Amino acid sequence: MKTTYREAVREAIREAMHRDERVFLMGEDVGRYGGCYAVSKGLLEEFGPERIRDTPLAESGFTGAGIGAALGGMRPIVEIMTVNFSFLALDQIVNNAATLLHMSGGAFNVPLVIRMATGGGRQVAAQHSRSLEGWYAHIPGLRIVAPATLDDARGMLWSALEDPDPVILFEHVLLYNMEGELPEQAGPVSIEGAAVRREGTDVSLITFGIGVFKALEAAEVLAEEGVSAEVLDLRSLRPLDDRAILETVRKTHRAVIIDEGWRSGGISAEISARITEGAFYDLDAPPARVCGVEVPTPYPEHLERAALPQVPDIVEAARGLLSGGEGDVA
Amino acid sequence: MSKPYRMPSLGAGMEDGTVIEWHVEPGQRVRRGDVVGVVDTEKGAIEIEIWEDAEVLEIVADPGTKVPVGEPLLVLAGQGDDDDRSPSAQESVEAATPGSAEAESPALEDVWDESEAAPEAAPVEAAPRLRVSPVARRRARELRVELESLEGSGPGGAITLADVESAARGEAGEEEAPDSAGQEPPSSPPRPKDEEPGDKDRHAAMRKAIAVAMTRSKREIPHYYLAHAFSLERTLRWLSRVNEERRPAERLLLASLYLKAVAKSVREFPEFNGFWDDGGFRPAPGVHPGMAISLRGGGLVAPAIHDADQRSLEELTKGIRDLVQRARSGHLRGSEVADPTITLTSLGDRGVETVFGVIYPPQVAIVGVGSVVERPWAVGGMVGSHRVVTLTLAADHRASDGHRGSLFLDRIARHFETPEDL
Repeated sequence: MKTTYREAVREAIREAMHRDERVFLMGEDVGRYGGCYAVSKGLLEEFGPERIRDTPLAESGFTGAGIGAALGGMRPIVEIMTVNFSFLALDQIVNNAATLLHMSGGAFNVPLVIRMATGGGRQVAAQHSRSLEGWYAHIPGLRIVAPATLDDARGMLWSALEDPDPVILFEHVLLYNMEGELPEQAGPVSIEGAAVRREGTDVSLITFGIGVFKALEAAEVLAEEGVSAEVLDLRSLRPLDDRAILETVRKTHRAVIIDEGWRSGGISAEISARITEGAFYDLDAPPARVCGVEVPTPYPEHLERAALPQVPDIVEAARGLLSGGEGDVA
Repeated sequence: MSKPYRMPSLGAGMEDGTVIEWHVEPGQRVRRGDVVGVVDTEKGAIEIEIWEDAEVLEIVADPGTKVPVGEPLLVLAGQGDDDDRSPSAQESVEAATPGSAEAESPALEDVWDESEAAPEAAPVEAAPRLRVSPVARRRARELRVELESLEGSGPGGAITLADVESAARGEAGEEEAPDSAGQEPPSSPPRPKDEEPGDKDRHAAMRKAIAVAMTRSKREIPHYYLAHAFSLERTLRWLSRVNEERRPAERLLLASLYLKAVAKSVREFPEFNGFWDDGGFRPAPGVHPGMAISLRGGGLVAPAIHDADQRSLEELTKGIRDLVQRARSGHLRGSEVADPTITLTSLGDRGVETVFGVIYPPQVAIVGVGSVVERPWAVGGMVGSHRVVTLTLAADHRASDGHRGSLFLDRIARHFETPEDL
């Protein structure tokens, strides 16, 4: 069945709504407008305003309401339009959702799912183009997943709803239009563990979200040069699948980490550190990173492109690990 | 607080050593400077010393075991255990014992940190650290590949896994072709007893060590050479006058004058006393000239006479006699072979007039002295018969220039000519 990432997410919401009457969707413009990225188009008609709820522009308020609903036994899906606006709800997410199980001595789980769009590349400038998955991956008490493929877009939501604790799903804005084949009977998939999307022997390209497709493209280019690249889709950013990360590095002895987020203090830094800690004696070169340039994401198309990781950057970084370069990969 | 005592690096190119015997046992207290055991290396049997007061808790490497440089030999309990030292005293002990098991440097840093009284003494490494990827270093140890001899093909010229494996294929031929299927061989397999290096093996190993060091020297070090001949007449007369009154065992050796002249001069020319590593010159805080001593059966070692600039001619004479005897009987100490800061070579009485040395890396200079020969020599318009010697200097042009080299050589000659001031 030919479909898009957007439709896969919508199907996932529909399935959840049908399977469990405690599930409802809440967020800005998710009802009448059909969602900022048209994910929830048609759902208001199908499920009615009780279960597809438009909220005011008040992220802290409706995220808090979602936490309350979850505590009260519901299974809310809170859509925060983009990660950029989630800062307004940081207190609810970090101070409440992530900690209530702990603060209540194990008495109250918060079975909340938050969906957010993330990332740049649509020329919507610095305040709407961030990739701050790494911030949330820093917080114990949250589970952070990043569906990249159609299967994961279709299958991760139900598993996230089944998790008794808060889960944040990050959907990259450039993926919504991605088309591909999805089996008719596609259903829930695990939200745990990384997945090898392409096998290789010479270098591991470790990434998530949109990075997976850039890495796969880079692997094609490298293959033409006789370099066999393995692509690891992390899928889950918290917890990280250490075993899969170390396994691929032990196999190829070289790692390039690709993250649209900034290098300093980012999730790429964490992955690099774990590789160094866990597979130091298997490394044939220092881990390399391809990250977003450390500037507010520019508005002009050519500057935005230059500020985000691109296929040639990944190819270049991989080459640098394989052949005698002029010096350190800084 | 227990900590390992690791296999020291006893010179550039040393990869491992075999424990011959221990002079200590678990429970025994040792003091700084004690010889705790003997290790067989390509330079012969070396007595290894301990650099702190401690108690031996456990012997990790039994006699017969081959241990890579930087790997634990003993487990020690530091001073902090059984007396109430201040925390800072404990910290300083810990600071002197780097925890990492890196291949060459830590053990040697211990030696330096402790042997230099001055607290600001900079740690000195035996050799500039090669750029080797971690997996390549591990594999090289497994395959017994000499990293020094490899050209790196990786980022920044680093030696990679592929470099090591192709070198192993080239060297080992059919008998030890590496398994490229990725199957892990047991790490650091212990050498069976019947493969212990005998004298013959040791000479072969020493030849190989000399080959590695000298090849590296000639490949990396841009040598320049200077020579200076001068009359030794005055010095030799002074020496025979002094020695006339002494019993044979107490007579000064000409070599002690030579050693002292070099040691005093190098104080004024510090760019010849130290190490070239990590792309720069690091002067050594002390003057520890290595005396090149040829061994019976071939090969040579250049153990250090520590702080030669501060010792009397009597002490130096005694030191030289002791060192030559111990070098030839194979009882050198770890600190002596590990830390020379400049090398002196002499071909002795039966040698030729001039010797140009090859610098022992990472040192930056070697001073040579030829045989004393009788030659017609003009002084003040008069030609007479003089006993003449030719001093030479081979120095690293990265660290010093010929002008300074020539002043240095001239200064040595002047000290040599005025032995009463030495």
